[in-house]
Amino acid sequence: MTQTLLSISDVTKAYPGVIANDAVSFDIREGEIHALLGENGAGKSTLVKMIYGLVKPDSGSMSLRGAPFAPASPSAARAAGVAMVFQHFSLFDALSVAENVALGMEHPPPMRALSARIREVSETYGLPLDPGRLTGDLSAGERQRVEIIRCLLQEPRLLIMDEPTSVLTPQEVKILFETLRRLASEGVAILYISHKLEEIRALCDHATILRQGRNVGTCTPRETPARAMAEMMVGSTFATPARTAHAPGDVALEVEGLSLPAPSAFGTALQSIGFTVRRGEILGIGGVAGNGQDELLAALSGEITTNAPTVRLHGAPAGHLGPAERRRHGLLTAPEERLGHAAAPDMTLTENALLTGADREGLLARGFVRWGAARAFADAVIARFDVRTPGPETAARALSGGNLQKFVIGREVLQRPEVFVVNQPTWGVDAAAAAAIRQALLDLAAEGTAILCISQDLDELMEISDRFAALNEGRLSPARPATGLSVEEIGLMMGGAHDMEVAHV
Amino acid sequence: MLMLEKRPQPSRIWTWATPPLAVLVTMIAGGALFAALGKDPVEAIATIFWKPLFGEFAFYYRPQLLIKAAPLILIATGLSLGFRAGVWNIGAEGQYILGALTGAGVGLALYPLDSAVVFPLMVIAGALGGWAWAMVPALLKVRFGTNEILVSLMLVYVAEQLLAAMALGPMRNPDGHGFPGSRNLRDYPSAHNAEIIEGTGMHWGVAAAVIAVTAAYVLLSRHILGFQIRLAGQAPRAARFSGVRPGRLVVVCLGTSGALAGLAGLFEVAGPAGQVSIDFNVGYGFTAIIVAFLGRLHPVGIALAGLLMALTYIGGEMAQSTLGLPAAAIQLFQGMLLFFLLAVDLLTNYRIRFRKKEAA
Amino acid sequence: MGAIDPALLLAALVVAATPILLAALGELVVERAGVLNLGVEGMMITGAICGFAVAVNTGSPAIGFAAAAGGGAVLALLFALLTQLALANQVASGLALTLFGLGLSSLLGQGYVGIKPPSTPRLDLGPLSDIPFLGRVAFSHDLMVYLALALVAAVWAMLKYTRAGLILRAVGENHDAAHALGYRVVRVRVLAILFGGACAGLGGAYISLIRVPQWTEGMTAGAGWIALALVVFASWKAGRVLLGAWLFGGVTVLQLNLQAAGFAIPVEYLSMSPYLITILVLIIMSADKSRAPGSLGRIFHASQ
Repeated sequence: MTQTLLSISDVTKAYPGVIANDAVSFDIREGEIHALLGENGAGKSTLVKMIYGLVKPDSGSMSLRGAPFAPASPSAARAAGVAMVFQHFSLFDALSVAENVALGMEHPPPMRALSARIREVSETYGLPLDPGRLTGDLSAGERQRVEIIRCLLQEPRLLIMDEPTSVLTPQEVKILFETLRRLASEGVAILYISHKLEEIRALCDHATILRQGRNVGTCTPRETPARAMAEMMVGSTFATPARTAHAPGDVALEVEGLSLPAPSAFGTALQSIGFTVRRGEILGIGGVAGNGQDELLAALSGEITTNAPTVRLHGAPAGHLGPAERRRHGLLTAPEERLGHAAAPDMTLTENALLTGADREGLLARGFVRWGAARAFADAVIARFDVRTPGPETAARALSGGNLQKFVIGREVLQRPEVFVVNQPTWGVDAAAAAAIRQALLDLAAEGTAILCISQDLDELMEISDRFAALNEGRLSPARPATGLSVEEIGLMMGGAHDMEVAHV
Repeated sequence: MLMLEKRPQPSRIWTWATPPLAVLVTMIAGGALFAALGKDPVEAIATIFWKPLFGEFAFYYRPQLLIKAAPLILIATGLSLGFRAGVWNIGAEGQYILGALTGAGVGLALYPLDSAVVFPLMVIAGALGGWAWAMVPALLKVRFGTNEILVSLMLVYVAEQLLAAMALGPMRNPDGHGFPGSRNLRDYPSAHNAEIIEGTGMHWGVAAAVIAVTAAYVLLSRHILGFQIRLAGQAPRAARFSGVRPGRLVVVCLGTSGALAGLAGLFEVAGPAGQVSIDFNVGYGFTAIIVAFLGRLHPVGIALAGLLMALTYIGGEMAQSTLGLPAAAIQLFQGMLLFFLLAVDLLTNYRIRFRKKEAA
Repeated sequence: MGAIDPALLLAALVVAATPILLAALGELVVERAGVLNLGVEGMMITGAICGFAVAVNTGSPAIGFAAAAGGGAVLALLFALLTQLALANQVASGLALTLFGLGLSSLLGQGYVGIKPPSTPRLDLGPLSDIPFLGRVAFSHDLMVYLALALVAAVWAMLKYTRAGLILRAVGENHDAAHALGYRVVRVRVLAILFGGACAGLGGAYISLIRVPQWTEGMTAGAGWIALALVVFASWKAGRVLLGAWLFGGVTVLQLNLQAAGFAIPVEYLSMSPYLITILVLIIMSADKSRAPGSLGRIFHASQ
């Protein structure tokens, strides 16, 4: 049990402008669940990519069971017994489950035999999967199962899991943990990457904490208070967002019987969704990724139009209006994907300010753009939301995730929305920026804006929402007051464990 | 080892430096090509790029420059709007032919009416003809989602057949002794696209090109529609989020480029070409694609690129007659230009670094 | 109409379909790898002249076809360099390839106008060719016709059953995921592009060496573009490419026969028909929501 499996010593990797890993060292022992903890941008992904052979270190070395380990490619890493479950980017929607699994293996057996193996292993570990189905038709949880099964079939010695719980309900998380513990007891070492402290405390034997590319400490999570780990991870403490109690006002946004066919081949259909949001209230909508979040946002932003009465703004039908008209009526939105959806990557911040602010900020004069005014508006967003950038003429893609997100949220907040719909406001954002964004949402609500916040981060939703509802396979649960909701109850609203079950022993 | 590294934002210097660099590289490669054909490369390049402007017969060639550049610039300006928006109209050649046919059709129908309204009517008909031909791929794309590249291109072949049918059939000159081709519009003053200032090559098509370039410049840099066009091309999802209606943009972009190509066709048929004939079109619609890219899809750049490309046409003809350089070599030369432009364009968005092979 | 023999018509159809079949099959593989190469027309015409010139000089159509495949592949290599290494826009690069190919072919073809190429013999299939009707339609063609048909089966089987086919489809479907799993996206795509170029070259040479057979400038007359449309028509499936090629072959042959029969419509309007039918088919196929490969036309750069 205590033999060292993988030893990493003084590994350094620099990218232009950033040192992703700066002389990082730590050991993983066999049968251990080892947490790699750190904020977005702390260098976790880079480190993991080096172990998996996708990136080569500039200096430093690794050894596996005492022998030098320098995988030149993922297949070399796989041959050495390293397997990885990716957070995203590793499944092929238009291919079947079995084909997806085969692609992650060095020497897959013939398809028929492989399918049988998939059924067998997935039953054993309580992760039922149909090998013949198209991956694109699976739910987020099932897609993760494909990745896990793909790894398990190779009988790995080291299993790397990159933020695996972000796509699971609380019940599914529990089952996943059972599976991982069982694997560990069979001698598999697990490198578990996360920024969720409570999970790590519940699951992991050891934790290595990265901050700005450096190893800033190791600890035994079970014996370390969450707050202490958080301070190591972030480097300082942040005030938790402050809420001021206020009574909600009139109904500002009302959705009734919203049904939509899936807009793309592997999208989710919405099924008679209904809810109301009052002025000054934050309605949180939770749910695992891929359960209709993007579609709901599109139906609210006006990118997809519906029957007029389905969406009502201050009682007036608005379902037939496009995005520009809805903005004119005070409904503003901020989609999840920053680059390419909320903002145009190659355009300047000034141009991106114009993207949604043209009408409400008076940036047009008879169809002609008042560039001076647009620049002033971008400047205002930058100043008010502390966006770190050389100036408004910088391209959006040159900003870090946190700074661009602050810009995108700030751009809408400064337009004084009457109703504000936001999807994943702090996804992939560092803790400081996340805290600032949540505070901005709370302040906006305090000023009387009705806010609908869609998020997969339950902690976030519990922190800021007044009421909570969950999206599950395109259906929305009835909303309930957020205070006093238990994790169990939330999990059930999100669809429970779907069809997962605890691993058969 | 050669490494590509994405720049945080496009390089401003290279955005403007790549077209001249591409021209330079093309001259070198073209020189090698001409040398391989047994011609003196320096003389060939000089004949193409220098002599028409500053040589002995420059007084004759300089007006030609405007005459050849005008249709290229007109068409390329229209195409650039679509290319920026991700709407790929590559059937400008067909719209050019249709504009010529409808425009000339009106002129021929009114023959021999002597009136100041004849030419303006022809201009309108030419623009409408090109516009209508472009509306086919536009509406099919909006309604059925068909690929505008393929449809607009197929319509070029249809237009060429239509041109042949017209030149041999309904539009054939009744006084032409059975020869194919229409009446020569140059002999019909009311319909003739004559030079505005004698001896300069400055006909109405040149004026239209100047107007188109100016309008496109204002549209793209100052107007919200221009912003939407750029946005839709760079980030289609962000464009929809912003409130741009993609279908409307397809119709506007294809319609504009079609109308401008139609105008170019009309000015050509009523002026320099003079008549509807089977081989009236010489591929301006395709060369304009090169012009649009070479001008970086920017109106001012397109004006310069159009003049340069016109120069290669004129210089090419000159090299053909004086050096015996085959016409195909010039066509190849133009194709190479686009190739090299696309290749050196890499420098705008990426930095090239030389690095030692990474330690494994 | 009565003068047209159905057996001859069908036999001619198979011949007329072969060039676009070859080109479309190559493009299908390219698009399945996630690359949109609009330069098919340019590669075809280059193949047409390379094959023609080499066949004339060596006297061997077989060497001619090999040279055509090579010529198409060399041109495709330029496209691969532009789009896979220099990361240029695929639409623009494809157009450039076509314009370049048209220029190159007319330059190369200067000395070859009006020459007759060595003829390609029909394959002797013995008694099979003597079967009434069927023998004329199916068993009395040259080797290339059968090679094209075999290629359809090979591409179909390769995509469906082999590991190489699976990797190719994976790269076309999601290049980021394929990269994350360690597959060489650029290498797979370059190989696919070269295959596409070779196929287009063969298709072009079939026109100049067998179908017409002589060399004229721009003789492919849009066949490359029709091949591109065919891939859309076929929803990226090899079997349906064959079906589509026969349909277009049929339209072409029929209108040629109508022209020859002196039908009361001017020749030009009949000549338009293949292009109009292409547009019509594109409209009809728009109802089929089969998905294009997920990464089609997108630029891949392995950053960080």
